[in-house]
Amino acid sequence: MPRLAGPNLERAKETIGLYPQARSALVPLCHLAQEQDGWLTPEAIEHIAELLGLTPVEVLGTASFYDMLHTDPVGRNLVGICTNIACLLAGAYELMEHAEETLGISAGGTTTDGQFTLEELECAAFCDKAPCVLVNYRFFGPVDNAGFDQIVDDVRAGRLAEDIPSHGTLSRVRREGGLQVPADEVATQRAAADAAKRERGAR
Amino acid sequence: MSFLDAPRVVTSRFEYEDSHTLSRFVSTGGYDGLRQALTMTPEEVAAQVDASGIIGRGGAGFPTGRKWSMLRPAPVRYLVINGDESEPATFKDHALITRDPNQLVEGALIAAYAVQATQVFLYVRGEFALGLERVQAALNDAYRQGAVGRDIFGSGFSVDAIVHPGAGAYICGDETALLESLEGKRGFPRVKPPYYPAVTGLYGEPTIVNNVETVSSLPWIINNGGAAFAAMGAPTSTGTRVFALAGDVMRPGNYEIELSKPTFRDLIFAPELGGGLRPGRSLKAIVPGGTSAFWIGPDRLDLHLDQKAVADAGTMLGSGSVVVMDDTQCMVRAAWRISRFYHRESCGQCTPCREGSGWVENILRRIEAGSGHEDDLDVLLDVCDNISPEVSWPSKWPPQQTTICPLGPSIPP
Ligand SMILES: Cc1cc2nc3c(=O)[nH]c(=O)nc-3n(C[C@H](O)[C@H](O)[C@H](O)COP(=O)(O)O)c2cc1C
Ligand code: SF4
Ligand code: FES
Repeated sequence: MPRLAGPNLERAKETIGLYPQARSALVPLCHLAQEQDGWLTPEAIEHIAELLGLTPVEVLGTASFYDMLHTDPVGRNLVGICTNIACLLAGAYELMEHAEETLGISAGGTTTDGQFTLEELECAAFCDKAPCVLVNYRFFGPVDNAGFDQIVDDVRAGRLAEDIPSHGTLSRVRREGGLQVPADEVATQRAAADAAKRERGAR
Repeated sequence: MSFLDAPRVVTSRFEYEDSHTLSRFVSTGGYDGLRQALTMTPEEVAAQVDASGIIGRGGAGFPTGRKWSMLRPAPVRYLVINGDESEPATFKDHALITRDPNQLVEGALIAAYAVQATQVFLYVRGEFALGLERVQAALNDAYRQGAVGRDIFGSGFSVDAIVHPGAGAYICGDETALLESLEGKRGFPRVKPPYYPAVTGLYGEPTIVNNVETVSSLPWIINNGGAAFAAMGAPTSTGTRVFALAGDVMRPGNYEIELSKPTFRDLIFAPELGGGLRPGRSLKAIVPGGTSAFWIGPDRLDLHLDQKAVADAGTMLGSGSVVVMDDTQCMVRAAWRISRFYHRESCGQCTPCREGSGWVENILRRIEAGSGHEDDLDVLLDVCDNISPEVSWPSKWPPQQTTICPLGPSIPP
């Protein structure tokens, strides 16, 4: 199902409608496609381009700039270890070595069963819990070797399915209708407010 | 009164397990600041913020009141909240986003009213999955409470707000790169001039970009008055600030303390704060203000946590992060890792930054591995000089740059 389909297509259209210019929805739509397929497939890129009135190359060229958008297949679970300054001081590279051994892959690789992709991350803003590990962008820390193995076991056995949705940072983010105000109504209000301000200034 | 007794402006709800919920929020004064602001004129709100003397908490250190006053009058103007926090070892916005998302939304709406924004964008770093969930939930709640959308709290003021996810790129924290990213493009910092998004911002319209901590302070400032905020700290650095303390201390964490009065020594060693180093260790170096700042040694421990005092000492309070390194750590390794970060995150537009960061990383790696050459240091200095002419120690702050954005001059170790 590599094109956005069903509720995802609905969500995509809603998202586009939120922005003054359609292209602003590019990154959110890429997240949505990843949530659906696990990665950004060429078909999804084409579909997003179609929805935004862009060429597929424009979407690909933009998406490839961002670390979280994967234009090649990745494992079901993204396991990231931060090795930046605070985590480095707390032994992140030693943890990385251990992780590579446990998973049998090196950073950047995917396990043969397609369960895990291991990534070396930049600072995840969790530095007081160094060294920290992110699984599908859910945060754990401080993590030692045993703690890492436990997380991997738990994910494998599905024990963390509640806490860690597979794929996608937005999988539990839903905007509810709200009282959206038409842009022209806001514009009229602002024009009146500006006039009132000038009046106050004049007095 | 000790600096520890100052009121907590932005972290007051952190003591509660359920600090992120609407019920905790409204039972602890939530939306009071917004309601109050809506009874004032936008100019009166802006005047309070100006009187507070608050300096932006995103790292660039620009006074918020002054920034707002620069907004070009135009029918359409935007407010963008910068929640992209990715400066290494900075983790205060992450905490404010996940632990008090309602306060963030309230603060953003106060700012929106003051600058009469036509739309609000809450740009949240993509990796903050829980943060994105919570800010969206807070916004959904705000819509249900009538705190955002049409006719907010019956005041006649209407504005919409949306949550926008990032996708993993440090450079998008730079305000002009953030706007490019929000336009659905690569996060390339914009060539200046035009210097200020307040004049030419999102879609070319005037735009205010404010940091998460900056806007999270607004409910308190409106509730208590700008003068009460300005009474804390010193004229050069008013109010309180959240310091993200990490590295080799007993108690790493976020500490909101009064500015200017305490020193680095207080922050690192006070039992209520950092709690000192591990037994038997001694202090080797401190990275103040994020890895983009110049490091300081133990001789500067008595420097006050004051924007001006730290700038006079040749570095910056920047993002409010403080990394402590003790005598067991290798400085070259630390400097190498930081240069690796800039190499990975350089957006690639400017040659000195794109290429120079790689040279710095490689040379430091070689030195760290014990196979450095005598002339490596000359090459290092030369590369750094190309990025930031006359970069030196003791340093001048801010450093010069040959590049489009300040990421370049952050590279020299
Ligand atoms: C490379 C770079 C990264 C930055 N990262 C951030 C960031 O993560 N969060 C932030 O609020 N400001 C960041 N800034 C500063 C912003 O450009 C901008 O000054 C700030 O968001 C304005 O908000 P303030 O005035 O409330 O501080 C960064 C600047 C640069 C040059
Ligand atoms: S200095 Fe570096 S990050 Fe900044 S615009 Fe130039 S290449 Fe990009
Ligand atoms: S340095 Fe690892 S989370 Fe910040």
